[in-house]
Amino acid sequence: MLSVDKLSAWYGAAQILFDLSFEVGRGEVVALMGRNGAGKSTTMKAIMGLIAQRQGRIIFNDDDISKCEPYQIARRGLGFTPEDRRIFSDLTVTENLDIGRQPPRQFLDGQPAPLWTPERLFKLFPNLAEMPDRPGGRMSGGEQQMLTVARTLMGNPLLVLLDEPSEGVAPLIVEQMANTIIELKKEGLSILLSEQNIHFAELVSDRVYVLEKGQIQWHGAMTELASNPDIQRRYLTV
Amino acid sequence: MTLNAFLFQILNGLSSASGLFLIAAGLSLIFGVTRIVNLAHGSLYMLGTYIAYTFATKIGGVTGFWGGIIATALIVGLLGALIEIVLLRRIYRAPELFQLLATFALVLVINDAALWLWGPADLLGPRAPGFRGAVEILGRRLPTYDLFLIVIGPLVLLALHLTLTRTRFGRLIRAATQDREMVGALGVNQAVLFTSVFALGAALAGLGGALQIAREPANLATDLIALGDAFVVVVVGGMGSIPGAYLAAVIIAEVRALCVGIGTVDFGFVTINFSKFTLVAEFLVMAIVLIVRPFGLLGKAQGAVRSIAEPEEPIRPATPMLKALGVVVLVGLLCLPLLAQGSPYLLVLGIDVLIAVIFATSLHFIMGPGGMHSFGHAAYFGLGAYGAALLVKWLALPMGVALIAAPLLALCGALLFGWFAVRLSGVYLAMLTLAFAQIVWAAVFQWEGFTGGSNGVIGVWPPAPFDKSWAYFLLTLVLAVAAVLLLRRFLFAPFGYAMRAGRDSPLRAEAIGIDVKRVHWLAFGVAGLVCGIGGGLFAFAKGSISPETIHINRSIDGLVMVLLGGVQTLTGPIAGASVFAVLHDTVMRQTEYWRALMGAIILLLVLTFPQGIVGAFASLWRKAGGRL
Repeated sequence: MLSVDKLSAWYGAAQILFDLSFEVGRGEVVALMGRNGAGKSTTMKAIMGLIAQRQGRIIFNDDDISKCEPYQIARRGLGFTPEDRRIFSDLTVTENLDIGRQPPRQFLDGQPAPLWTPERLFKLFPNLAEMPDRPGGRMSGGEQQMLTVARTLMGNPLLVLLDEPSEGVAPLIVEQMANTIIELKKEGLSILLSEQNIHFAELVSDRVYVLEKGQIQWHGAMTELASNPDIQRRYLTV
Repeated sequence: MTLNAFLFQILNGLSSASGLFLIAAGLSLIFGVTRIVNLAHGSLYMLGTYIAYTFATKIGGVTGFWGGIIATALIVGLLGALIEIVLLRRIYRAPELFQLLATFALVLVINDAALWLWGPADLLGPRAPGFRGAVEILGRRLPTYDLFLIVIGPLVLLALHLTLTRTRFGRLIRAATQDREMVGALGVNQAVLFTSVFALGAALAGLGGALQIAREPANLATDLIALGDAFVVVVVGGMGSIPGAYLAAVIIAEVRALCVGIGTVDFGFVTINFSKFTLVAEFLVMAIVLIVRPFGLLGKAQGAVRSIAEPEEPIRPATPMLKALGVVVLVGLLCLPLLAQGSPYLLVLGIDVLIAVIFATSLHFIMGPGGMHSFGHAAYFGLGAYGAALLVKWLALPMGVALIAAPLLALCGALLFGWFAVRLSGVYLAMLTLAFAQIVWAAVFQWEGFTGGSNGVIGVWPPAPFDKSWAYFLLTLVLAVAAVLLLRRFLFAPFGYAMRAGRDSPLRAEAIGIDVKRVHWLAFGVAGLVCGIGGGLFAFAKGSISPETIHINRSIDGLVMVLLGGVQTLTGPIAGASVFAVLHDTVMRQTEYWRALMGAIILLLVLTFPQGIVGAFASLWRKAGGRL
């Protein structure tokens, strides 16, 4: 579904990512793990075309997107939920959802991608259903996190880049987020998740890549990482 | 003034408010989404008046007038789209100020295009078919067309409001105003959105212009006046707020109308002619609003704009090679009086260039390292010039004293205005500095008894030996070099580091104990002081000064000089001022269409050297393997 080959990225003169290569298969939930500053968010932004200085090949859905503008990437069915949420605070919940709206989409084999409407999303996130007319700026962090995911789903994506969905939200919401991810996986979506929290990642991911200093240090099945305290201590524990 | 007369003036004000609102609304929309401060917005308005005039007179009748107004809005809208696609799209990633420069070049080009197409005379359109009469209201006759205009403003406001809240296009505009990058990441093609917003804004300006032809003649000076008005309205209302723009348009139009209505009032001890305040009223309103509500009446604090431009390079001391080059240039300039014995004009040009260098480097001092984009730097130049000239005129003081007093007066002005200005940032700061400059200008213009009003001050000649142009040239050279070195000294002192730290990350700078506002305030003062030196020299160089010295055009010239040279280097403003002054003095003499030529040169520079002249040379140099 998504294959990244030798991805490098820079902020000004500082190189942040060094030749990252990894893959996300169809219907798979893959976690990018690592401490703060390891380069998880930068990887997501670079895939999305939001970092001007980047190099390497990114193939999504058999399509080379390494030179594409962000909107072209989004229109190919790659959804992005940023870690800082970036809700349009002057717009209401419904209006925020409307900004993310895109036409229905199909997988390469002709199978339709999950089609999302505000009604369906309100079922997935009952909290949002209670406040369709509330401006984004007057929502709690957890509610904003749900809105960000819902807004991205409005584009009927084939694969979603979820940047730290569990960060800074209440434990109850974290649990709800995990359920949502499992739900989305059942719908047939692929997900690339960035996470620091091993307990959260363990609940939802199939495979994991561990990042440090902009390089992939380890990768394997999630169960393997969960049972390997040595790797966890070396790359994840703070 | 009777109550009836008062109410009648209120109606008058409301009809002017509609025009103000139309142009301001477009400017506000464009700024909100594209973050481009479109200086050519007044020019689009002016084109609206001319195009509508042509329709109304060439086709005539109801179709020519009313159809013409609709057609004008569409044509100007298309022109706006064209401008966005051909020019602005190439420079979205350039520093904000560069975009200003590009749109200013458009002002020049469009003005000369209008001169070429329609000629220099004022053109008054026919009266509006169906609205030729007047109705009697409160014992006075109000043209029915004015009533029509009163209604148009709220109608457009309503239409815009519905578009922004009820349509997807409108929601996209609002979302992009907050975070255009995120809108892009959700699959929206920003290029199309930007073009359509620019076209919509331009169409509104064109419509505003077209509606005016039945009231006021089409005129080549309209562009800058309309631009100034639009800015004031947008800033007072709050950037990006459409209802705010209408509210501000009404307030400003009413204050102006009341100033005219009140006329001369005798308070017993003093007689004040309020109609004289019309020139300055809107700027007074703006200054007060910005001081009390820094983001305008209905505006909100601007979300930090996610900068897409490259971060600024740190300023480095000049390399030995550049220093050597500087010495060579200096020696050349010292020899200029000997070389120029045959052509006295060369020395006059030299003096102009040196004064421009003082003006531009002092502006650069707050703009580049300080990050404060002053749109009213002419105020300090004018304070210096008028200070010197008036001391000579009223107290007959010698030139030496006047030249010392000039920068001190400018310093006082800069400290006073700067104290308010450093509390704001970005466009708001730019507009407040502009407001202060306009207030100084208006004061000089209106206070005829003291300043000579529009005639200015004449007979400010330097005494011997400085009456010879070579001697005055050398004096100017010495002061210019001293000014530049003084500013350089400040920049490489801890004070200069604090200034740049405050520009780059104000919060972190404060966290390590820098009082950012105070540092920037003092920097404002230093810039004013140095600028005042240039003003004093200017007065004696020309022998006479007029309010032109403080005019907004001079402030804009300064911006062009700094940007032309490049904001990020210290040599930039020197090179930019020299190139600008030489171009200005030579190109202007060659052709009637000097503005267009100047604009074309600027556009060419903007598109080919997006880092300014010196920046472009520096990067060429680096590519060739050297370091400047």
